[in-house]
Amino acid sequence: MPTIVVEVMPKAVLLDPQGKAVTGALHRLGNTTISEVRIGKRFELTVEGPVDETLLAEVRAYADDMFSNSVIEDVVSITVLDPSTSSGTEAA
Amino acid sequence: MRIGVITFPGSLDDRDAQRAVRLAGAEPVALWHGDHDLHGVDALVLPGGFSYGDYLRCGAIAAHSPIMAEVIDAANSGMPVLGICNGFQMLAEAHLLAGGLIRNDHGNFICRDQGLRVENTSTAWTNDFAANAEITIPLKNGEGGFIADADTINRLEGEGQVVFRYLGVNPNGSINDIAGVTNERGNVVGLMPHPEHAVEEGFGPDTAAAMRSGVDGLSIFTSAIRALASV
Repeated sequence: MPTIVVEVMPKAVLLDPQGKAVTGALHRLGNTTISEVRIGKRFELTVEGPVDETLLAEVRAYADDMFSNSVIEDVVSITVLDPSTSSGTEAA
Repeated sequence: MRIGVITFPGSLDDRDAQRAVRLAGAEPVALWHGDHDLHGVDALVLPGGFSYGDYLRCGAIAAHSPIMAEVIDAANSGMPVLGICNGFQMLAEAHLLAGGLIRNDHGNFICRDQGLRVENTSTAWTNDFAANAEITIPLKNGEGGFIADADTINRLEGEGQVVFRYLGVNPNGSINDIAGVTNERGNVVGLMPHPEHAVEEGFGPDTAAAMRSGVDGLSIFTSAIRALASV
């Protein structure tokens, strides 16, 4: 069954407190080369049947209205994974 | 005067909000997130808690509840709507209020009695306060950092839509110490601190007069009653 992957990131201009906390942890472990970590979300939608343009339009709407909040986040990619070729097709 | 309090899966201050409504002099009406019915109430409170376990984003899943269709219609038609903590997050997610709430900048949950300044006393939920009143009510959240882009912040500040501002040390990294905002019309108000926990002597924050005697939150609810009486 195909999978649609939606990735959401906090807006670059806004503070990402989770990423900041992890950056601090890396530095406490001794790392001196990673200057910033930002943490986003990955949604994997398993689809019954084929992925067509109608479904993708629906998923884009969910991505904008529910998976992300445009005030604080950006949808950075929507990708269709085809299990038969195990390759991804950018659909955003 | 009937004020509805909506219970969502994971609401935990709904009963406190009902009690605050009663102590203020109105009749609380329990409403359910899964209904498409406001039972003819005159005003609405979206209470605090952890709806849907704060999954996805705080308030995000609840903002898509069945009853939110009616809440959005009522808010747009001028009904007084108050969102407290998780309720504020829902109103922001539903785009009834500007901005968003993110994890506290220091990463910790914070629970303390919090000083606030009431900077807009013309809203449906603050008209019973004196201008620039300084009040103390409990604050308890992990994701109370108010953020918005610079244009939105300038608009909120310029139009007087910042209703409550934190006094003293900023508890969560909110831009400009913003603790609560209103919409352009002044009928929808959201704030992170909890006025419903400061409505009865013996159960509120400490004051100089006596322990747990703080009732500064009560005026939020009496304000709505005043606003409805003047319509």
